[in-house]
Amino acid sequence: MTRLTTIQGSALPLPIDNLDTDQIMPKQFLRVIDKAGLADGLLYDLRFDDQGAPRADCVLNQRAYANACILIGGANFGCGSSREHAVWGLQQYGFQAVIAPSFAEIFYSNAMNNRLLLVQLEREAIDALTRSAIESPGASLSIDLEQQTVSSASGERYAYPIGARHKRMVIDGMDTVDLTLDSLAAIEAFERSHFVRHPWARVM
Amino acid sequence: MSDRTLYDKLVDSHTVLQIDEHNVLLYADLHLMNEYTSPQAFSALDARGREVRRPRQQLAVVSHIIPTHAESPRVIRDAASLMQATNLARNCERAGIRLFAANDPLQGIEHIVAPELGLIRPGMVVLCGDSHTTTYGALGALGFGIGTSEVEHVLATQTLVYRLARTMRITIDGALPYGTSSKDIILWVISKIGAQGARGYAVEFAGSTIGSLSAEARMTLCNMTVEAGARAALIAPDAITFEYVRAHAPSIEDSAWQDALESWRGLHSDAGARFDAEHRFDAQHIAPFVTWGTSPDQAVAIDEPIPDESAQTTPEAAASLRRALEYMGLASNRPIAGTPIDRVFVGSCTNGRIEDLRTVAAIVRGKRVAPGVRAMVVPGSGSVRRAAEREGIAKTLIDAGFEWREPGCSMCLAMNDDVLGASERCASTTNRNFEGRQGRGGRTHLMSPAMAAAAAITGRITDVRTLEAPTP
Repeated sequence: MTRLTTIQGSALPLPIDNLDTDQIMPKQFLRVIDKAGLADGLLYDLRFDDQGAPRADCVLNQRAYANACILIGGANFGCGSSREHAVWGLQQYGFQAVIAPSFAEIFYSNAMNNRLLLVQLEREAIDALTRSAIESPGASLSIDLEQQTVSSASGERYAYPIGARHKRMVIDGMDTVDLTLDSLAAIEAFERSHFVRHPWARVM
Repeated sequence: MSDRTLYDKLVDSHTVLQIDEHNVLLYADLHLMNEYTSPQAFSALDARGREVRRPRQQLAVVSHIIPTHAESPRVIRDAASLMQATNLARNCERAGIRLFAANDPLQGIEHIVAPELGLIRPGMVVLCGDSHTTTYGALGALGFGIGTSEVEHVLATQTLVYRLARTMRITIDGALPYGTSSKDIILWVISKIGAQGARGYAVEFAGSTIGSLSAEARMTLCNMTVEAGARAALIAPDAITFEYVRAHAPSIEDSAWQDALESWRGLHSDAGARFDAEHRFDAQHIAPFVTWGTSPDQAVAIDEPIPDESAQTTPEAAASLRRALEYMGLASNRPIAGTPIDRVFVGSCTNGRIEDLRTVAAIVRGKRVAPGVRAMVVPGSGSVRRAAEREGIAKTLIDAGFEWREPGCSMCLAMNDDVLGASERCASTTNRNFEGRQGRGGRTHLMSPAMAAAAAITGRITDVRTLEAPTP
């Protein structure tokens, strides 16, 4: 897999707390058996009016943000449903990273498994980045994945936390199934003793 | 060994190996699937030439997309939905996985079906590509939702790379006040701690209020704990749990049962166990709760006004309030009680069980759904539906003017054709009042089954305690 060490580009501000995955990828786009076409569904109700026409007041429809590859969101980003379609849709739309004060837990795992970088920063930093994305649309941000930093065009630099495993997953990509299957003998050994000690846990 | 929490014990007993300080390889006793979060997982297995490792530890249910019109046999007319159901059947057949398809008498919502078939037992780890898998903590099992990539991982390995959670205990003591239920407990708790108040935590519920709840009421509580951001919800199994499991899993033989009981009695947090966070509440403050906004924490007691911006502690909360009120067509400082409603929905993995339907029937017996209100009851499973018909509940509901439906997730998330119209207002026993969740522009008010029943017969959001007591 290609290594991903830098994400550079403009940021789109979407300062909405508790932006849930129902909004990120509405139900009508979930009726698929593959991952195709999800860019169309991303944040659909925010982007389009009742007639399906783009809402002019939505940042996602504004030319200045058309090339944004970083989304700056609100707290508890991605809460609610476990639908991984939300992550697939964000990536298909062109986002490589989301910066927010906090992320919902299942969304976080889904993002890591797809190499969508999630950057958690303090509220003050988010506010500053959001303000600058609103005031200077198109201004570039640079994320150094090795150094775990976000740098703005005006020179601010913010460090962000990420677990060692997740960092490797995003930077290098990782076939987690293959890695786990390397431990197949351990899994088989576990099963042998587990169901002897807990026979009631075998239910079918 | 030092004192451990119930969560620690469940994780320890399912840890195949420690990956690093924060992650373990966690074994799944049972994995449940539905038609919309599993297809890409099966495709990914196919693409890499991998097989389902333990087919007999999987169960699949057609639940989310299925229409719930009262017709037999049931037909999925929407082409995309039919494709998902057909695809699931094909994947299950190829892998040798048990499936409850559209016309299986055991079909229903996964989180209703699995416990009622005795498949959820204390001490298990149960995973599902659905966030409401936290339900199973009600029986002392560790359950939580996973994404599709993780579904693939579980199918291929029967394990999950699992990031350990922090632990939180929420203790609630005292008698549950008249007119309230476990739905009110959880709406109240979420309104207190917020939609991310338990984010990152495995929450254990304790205290006399919790101990007095039935197994099904506990499922409602644990089901919705995910709406506070929790990674799991747990209740230590007790006599009520054991009785429920015994009744629903008759296949456990007497000799095995004694061993199981002995093992399950150790499933509690030790006296000296430390939690990363603790909350204590007194049940006397619980009242029937209703959401007024578009996040599950935006809720008030039925006799309280809709809050205003001055009551919000952060600018972000004030912004959320303004946005929510505009979407909901409501105003600050006005009573929530009396708000007219267009629709009533009783059902979902939160409140689609037989006890919920009994509650609704007791309140609407001999009464009529208010003119202009469309009310539907969607039982959580085929078994719930048949039980309600045996008990006369179905007749009571139909006589009162409710639509009596076939089982499924239905208008909880509106992936089928049960959808709110724009600005339609719904009294709903479901779990999420998100913008557009039940239909674009639809306005959802989460509440208990009793409160939904009161709304149905009065045509407005109504304090169920003000209705005359139901005749037994």
